[in-house]
Amino acid sequence: MAVDHATVRRIAHLARIKLEDAEVPHLASELNAILAFIEELAAVDIEGVEPMTSVTPMRMKERPDVVTMGNIADEIVANAPATEDHYFVVPKVVE
Amino acid sequence: MTDLTELSLAAAREALAKRQVSAVELAKAHIAAMEAARVLNCFISETPDQALAAAADCDARIARGDARPLEGIPLGIKDLYCTKGVRTTAASHILENFVPTYESTVTANLWRDGAVMLGKLNLDEFAMGSSNETSYFGPVISPWRRPGSNVKIVPGGSSGGSAAAVAARLCYGATGTDTGGSIRQPAAFTGTVGIKPTYGRCSRWGIVAFASSLDQAGPIARNVRDAAILLRSMAGHDAKDTTSVDLPVPDYAAAVGTSIQGKVIGIPKEYRLDGMPAEIDRLWSEGVSWLKAAGAKIVEISLPHTRYALPAYYIVAPAEASSNLARYDGVRYGLRVPGKDVVELYEKTRAAGFGREVRRRIMIGTYVLSAGYYDAYYVRAQKIRTLIKRDFETVFAEGVDAILAPATPSAAFGLGEKGSADPVEMYLNDVFTVTVNMAGLPGIAVPAGTSAEGLPLALQLIGRAFEEETLFALASVIEESAPKIALPPKWWDR
Amino acid sequence: MNTNPSKLIKGATGDWEVVIGMEVHAQIISKAKLFSGASAEFGGEPNSHVSLVDAAMPGMLPVINAECVAQAVRSGLGLKARINLRSHFDRKNYFYPDLPQGYQISQYKNPIVGEGIVLVDVSPTERIEVGIERLHIEQDAGKSLHDQSATDSFVDLNRAGVGLMEIVSKPDMRSSEEAKAYVAKLRTILRYLGTCDGNMEQGSLRADVNVSVRRPGGPLGTRCEIKNVNSIRFIGQAIEAEARRQIAILEDGGSIEQETRLFDPNRGETRSMRSKEEAHDYRYFPDPDLLPLELDQAYVDELAAALPELPDAKKARFIAQYGLPAYDAGVLVADKETADYFEAAIAHESKSRDPKAVANWIMGDVAAYANSVGLSIPQTHLEPAQIAGIVDLIAEGTISGKIAKDLLLILIEEEKAGDPRVIVEARGMKQVTDLGAIEAAVDAIIAANPDKVAQARAKPSMLGWFVGQVMKGTGGKANPQAVNELLKAKLGI
Ligand SMILES: [Mg+2]
Ligand SMILES: [Zn+2]
Repeated sequence: MAVDHATVRRIAHLARIKLEDAEVPHLASELNAILAFIEELAAVDIEGVEPMTSVTPMRMKERPDVVTMGNIADEIVANAPATEDHYFVVPKVVE
Repeated sequence: MTDLTELSLAAAREALAKRQVSAVELAKAHIAAMEAARVLNCFISETPDQALAAAADCDARIARGDARPLEGIPLGIKDLYCTKGVRTTAASHILENFVPTYESTVTANLWRDGAVMLGKLNLDEFAMGSSNETSYFGPVISPWRRPGSNVKIVPGGSSGGSAAAVAARLCYGATGTDTGGSIRQPAAFTGTVGIKPTYGRCSRWGIVAFASSLDQAGPIARNVRDAAILLRSMAGHDAKDTTSVDLPVPDYAAAVGTSIQGKVIGIPKEYRLDGMPAEIDRLWSEGVSWLKAAGAKIVEISLPHTRYALPAYYIVAPAEASSNLARYDGVRYGLRVPGKDVVELYEKTRAAGFGREVRRRIMIGTYVLSAGYYDAYYVRAQKIRTLIKRDFETVFAEGVDAILAPATPSAAFGLGEKGSADPVEMYLNDVFTVTVNMAGLPGIAVPAGTSAEGLPLALQLIGRAFEEETLFALASVIEESAPKIALPPKWWDR
Repeated sequence: MNTNPSKLIKGATGDWEVVIGMEVHAQIISKAKLFSGASAEFGGEPNSHVSLVDAAMPGMLPVINAECVAQAVRSGLGLKARINLRSHFDRKNYFYPDLPQGYQISQYKNPIVGEGIVLVDVSPTERIEVGIERLHIEQDAGKSLHDQSATDSFVDLNRAGVGLMEIVSKPDMRSSEEAKAYVAKLRTILRYLGTCDGNMEQGSLRADVNVSVRRPGGPLGTRCEIKNVNSIRFIGQAIEAEARRQIAILEDGGSIEQETRLFDPNRGETRSMRSKEEAHDYRYFPDPDLLPLELDQAYVDELAAALPELPDAKKARFIAQYGLPAYDAGVLVADKETADYFEAAIAHESKSRDPKAVANWIMGDVAAYANSVGLSIPQTHLEPAQIAGIVDLIAEGTISGKIAKDLLLILIEEEKAGDPRVIVEARGMKQVTDLGAIEAAVDAIIAANPDKVAQARAKPSMLGWFVGQVMKGTGGKANPQAVNELLKAKLGI
């Protein structure tokens, strides 16, 4: 399964990473090298094998329904690049 | 006392208890060492003022007879652990100016026990790398050199800053994280001891995530006992991490030096790779004979899916990473590169904020999860993971207590020597360590000799889940039996 | 499913059948969010109900809220659905400013609740069954405000991470009426269970409506999904508009493109939502931060045993226990508070009273009044005990039906008006049943109107005039029956 340039661009867009045109061929060949490396997995017999869901066999603990955190809007936006009145600000989103 | 930084953690703790030295003196000695070693680029952020203030508190406690298990011990913290009020970068441009308002559980455990933070240690960006060359803050230089050579050597990665700082005596111990070998491989490259505990042993809360199902915190230290002391403080159940395990934490240091008489040690034949350097093979054989001499029983075992672990890892880890790193979008914290709309803002921010290796892995991860490929890649890799884990379970069920293998396929290499043309060349560094992460098992790297070039080499012990004590006992036998490796001379210290 | 001819839509080229399925997002009632300890309460200052987890700070991890799990199980039981003892959480990956993690934690492959069924009364005479495909737990997103500035959007994460149940129906509905009745019934069930407040204005319940059209009995058409419709009325309008749009395209020889659309209530039409269509690849995979969700049968059984009586059961009981007509029972149980109100009135002071009379008052004058002032019946000043009092006073003959209406107005408009019996006494509203007094009034009228008496003997329909005069003379309080009988006897008709 070789990755072509169009696929590289599609994946980059899905991952929201801007690609310069000049980067595409190089990245495609790197990705193909990695894909070639993982290609040998196709040879493994996985008939009837369950995919791993958790390495440690234990039961998920649940949290009681208690409010333990809040009213820390200052903290929440402390590292934000742009804020107004405790809102995060982004370029206008058009729906 | 000559140079306080030459002490082991255990020895420093004793000297503090006997009031032969104060915590402030220890802090000052290490701050001086840290500042003198800047050419190694071990630290991304130094926090000397904080260290001195904390040390003064420690001295007060010691004076009150109220010392805690790590009272006054200066440590370095991998800059992947969020530290309240102290910049935490993950060695990435995208988090260059991020200051958490919270403290990771593991570091909070260390401060609870009295440890003192010297600063935040360099690493591969987002812990993705095996040589510490992917850091936005520049590579870490190993304190080790090939005798008679000025060639800069990598400390390994991703916990390269941690391993180098410990080897260079800038701190008594350091925290690391290990997703595919990121504690054990740099420990092996720097002649230090590093343990990746069982998945779930340490809380992941507050540690910047790389691959959630593989990441595990652990210590890097000067020797086996020091590593055991540190792990005891770091480990423990945390209700904030659903995958952390609710089991009591043993006194790991008590296991150091205990008898290994009758322990069954498996030697996996699949770890004998084609083209493996003879010196690695020889080291392995020596390890076998040391353990045998101490009363262990050696058996050959088979872990048939070993060779698939690394390729499967390069599906699972990037897949999880591609999702875990989606939160770095320039909206709530971190770097923002403006764009004409929000999509362009995302794309520019993430292109500028992430380095090459991180972008590459996000791309691979996005690809293997995308429509039409998910089953062929991700699901298949997770099935193979089940098989890898089953391999281990089978040999453990047959009575094997631990497995002995090399830690790395070679000694450390020079800066820029690997992976520049083909990323896979670098990935092969983790061939012996990654199986352990895939199965969630504990693994320890312990120095066992030197290469022909005079660089450290290590062996790795792999144990049953939550049986780290067995690993500490076995590792201390290797530590005792192996020829002593001198610490690297301080060439950086003018 | 059989095609019901009355549901078909007439097109220029023949009949069309509309096929509707729905994904309803119902906000779980809980104190804290699904995976964090921040408050799930509606509203609040921007980013005040937000924890470090909700803001997706580096290194933060989700821990599931036990109550949200219990609420989903209760809802599943209420929908007569299979509870899956093992389910797991997946990540749905996409970028959006109000989605801090860059993924929504949801249940894609293995939901907590499997197939179930909802009985829907579309009209007093028509009941349909709507199949439930699944119910799963997921996180809500935050809110983006787009109208505050010309250049920016403002992001508030107070809703981000609140627990939702996504309830997916089978495509079992064939008209907007059926769809509206389904959502109403679903909302009633969830409110009975106390698992969702069903408040559509606040967005606690919102529907994604899948609409397609086909020739009766033909293969299914291509569907369009109308996102986030937030009132039952709009659901009906959106379906009508979308069905018309699709039929027009098909009759024009065009074809339907599968897409996501938005309903614009002002224009009464749906429009394409291209922004959501782009890069439609969510890369679902199991969330590695969470273990599988495992439940014990005993735990499920315990929740089942503690479930309240649900609307269908209550309706059946109202019919059996109170002898109510099915229609009345259906109306009363549609809202749990009203049903409780009815029963409280019936049970007041454990006297026996006619349930039908109580139902008539509640469904008639009381409902009309409540409706006119925009309140629900239980929200008015009128107490169940006071309704009971009215019914009792009529039954005893203490007041007439006409007086009762005046009395009701006093009780329903005045806060804490008190015991209706006391009011009737104090305000002299009692019916006059003293035959002597009535006879005196009758005699006085007859004596004063000899000419009318003569007319009445010839034309008995004049009786009404006499009754009116007597009632006037007694201030409306004379027992009308007694007045009638006395007049007939004295006039000899
Ligand atoms: Mg949906
Ligand atoms: Zn949903």
